[in-house]
Amino acid sequence: MVKVYTSSVIDAPAVRIWELVRDFNGLPNWHPLIADSRIEGNQPADKVGCIRNFNLKAGGNIREQLLSLSDYDYSCSYAILVSPMGVENYVAILKLTPITDGDRTFAEWSAEFECAPEREAELARLVGQDVFQSGFNALKQRFAGTPAAAVRR
Amino acid sequence: MVRVRRSTIIDAPVDEVWRFLRDFNAHDTWHPAVAESRIEDGRPVDAIGAVRRFRLRDGGQLREQLLTLSDRDRRLTYCILDAPLPLIDYVASFELKPVTDGARTFWDWRSEFRAPPGQEQALATLVGEQIYEAGFEAVKRRFGQAPGAARPRGAAQPSGAAMQAQAVFLARHGGPEELVWQSTIVPPPGPNEIRVRHTAIGVNFIDVYCRTGYFPLVAPPAPLGMEAAGIVIDVGAEVVGFAPGDRVAYAGPPIGAYAEIRNLPTDLVVPLPDFVDDETAAAVMLKGLTADFLLHRVHAVREGDVVLVHAAAGGVGHLLCQWARHLGCEVIGVVGTRDKAQRALAAGCAHVILSDEDLAGRVAAITQGHGCDVIYDAIGGDSLARSFPALAERGHIVSFGQAARPLDPLDVAGLAAKSAMVSRPNYGHYAGTAKDVRAGSARLFAAIERGILRPEIGLRLPLREAAEAHHRLESRATFGSTILLP
Repeated sequence: MVKVYTSSVIDAPAVRIWELVRDFNGLPNWHPLIADSRIEGNQPADKVGCIRNFNLKAGGNIREQLLSLSDYDYSCSYAILVSPMGVENYVAILKLTPITDGDRTFAEWSAEFECAPEREAELARLVGQDVFQSGFNALKQRFAGTPAAAVRR
Repeated sequence: MVRVRRSTIIDAPVDEVWRFLRDFNAHDTWHPAVAESRIEDGRPVDAIGAVRRFRLRDGGQLREQLLTLSDRDRRLTYCILDAPLPLIDYVASFELKPVTDGARTFWDWRSEFRAPPGQEQALATLVGEQIYEAGFEAVKRRFGQAPGAARPRGAAQPSGAAMQAQAVFLARHGGPEELVWQSTIVPPPGPNEIRVRHTAIGVNFIDVYCRTGYFPLVAPPAPLGMEAAGIVIDVGAEVVGFAPGDRVAYAGPPIGAYAEIRNLPTDLVVPLPDFVDDETAAAVMLKGLTADFLLHRVHAVREGDVVLVHAAAGGVGHLLCQWARHLGCEVIGVVGTRDKAQRALAAGCAHVILSDEDLAGRVAAITQGHGCDVIYDAIGGDSLARSFPALAERGHIVSFGQAARPLDPLDVAGLAAKSAMVSRPNYGHYAGTAKDVRAGSARLFAAIERGILRPEIGLRLPLREAAEAHHRLESRATFGSTILLP
């Protein structure tokens, strides 16, 4: 079992970031790696059990299923059903926690998965840095109001 | 049910902050509302169920019980048993998490309790602001962060030109007469350096060992000195965390503190909190960090230990006595004169022995034959052999200096007579990294702020009279700390 944990501080209130990231179909709106996304079966994006089907800008199709969504805890969890990465039993949790001192947000993104032993380090870096950290960096830029954070679609 | 929740970011790695906060009995060293605290029944501070009994600065008495302690989750939960305020069924927890993109710490502190009708809001505000937020600000200060905000980073400042300054150079290894007052050029700071104008410089016995060549740390001609406080003049292009105008202090290499102005790398430099003035910092950085690791890391003293301190009126000895007493030890001081005996008693020694008295006999009488659990000795010569009869079985002799003369050889086989331990700690191995210095100075500054340590400055001399300071230090005519003023 590989465990990945990435966390960051984003200079915006948690409720504002949550508005953006709670949309399970909204990854292309803020994550720099994602080209497009749709929810399968025409279901609502906040229906637990729904499946998002999205493509990476670099190429590659991924299907992920929403396992939980909490507007109370500002958290969601999801599992990978199909991906080109070669991971099994991949479950990830994205969670925001308000930092009362300065009205900022503590953002955590973690995952657990299984893979071929020789690929553990590579995949841990891919998930922790290329997926999670680059997502946080995009959120930081966006809420810092810099032009680089413009919506990517 | 009233719920209170506060959270903040501390500008230090999570393990460092957790080491500091997990001690259930240490809140009197960092929380501004807490005057003194003690664990009941001599239980370990990390035993689940342990009760801390503490007094607030406003006089209120509380008892709180440790419910959960998890080093894995960096979480601590406790409840109130007795309090002067109606915080009914109060259970609080705090939890630390790493901020992985910057080696900072997220700290969440929350509680739930019931309160009499009408008082909920007032009590929630009091807990949130006066306990949690006040605690956050105090811990931020400990870790060198400006209160209320992330520390402003010293962006690349244009460094000025080379500056001329005076310094005390060691011409060649030898006596104090080899210390020479001369002019030197201080270039602009390198990329990772800061240029500091000293305001006060500490004099330590290690300076004497460097001067004589006993420690081969200085290649003359070069300035002496390991410790000083001052103000940052300018900073190198890659320096973060320091800006011109910052008050700073340091203790450690590179040697060269006997100077009006110098450049130095930032790893061992700490920002000074407002409540530590420059002279105190110069008097206490090296000696205080030494006392810190001697009492907490070389030998972790415990409440009830019998602790003997040689040279109890000296720079480190004085601080050892004050701190060990606060930790609940029975402190025996050994001093050379009646005048110094008074100072040792004032520093918290329960008993004072003159160095020409029968040490073992007096200790046996004082401790009813038990002996000393730990003996701190910086005298050198035969003093380890003289200390040994006063040691308890499984006792620990900590030799950290040789003020009188080099150490006699040690009879290791003879230690078996008491299953004794002997340590010979080296300052650089306990206070030689940024991590050690930050953690140690946080404990040190907290102890100063709380009044646990009351550093004494026995002698102030102009920097150019460094040779006179060495004369007096070596003649054992000083007490407390000696500082030089540029």
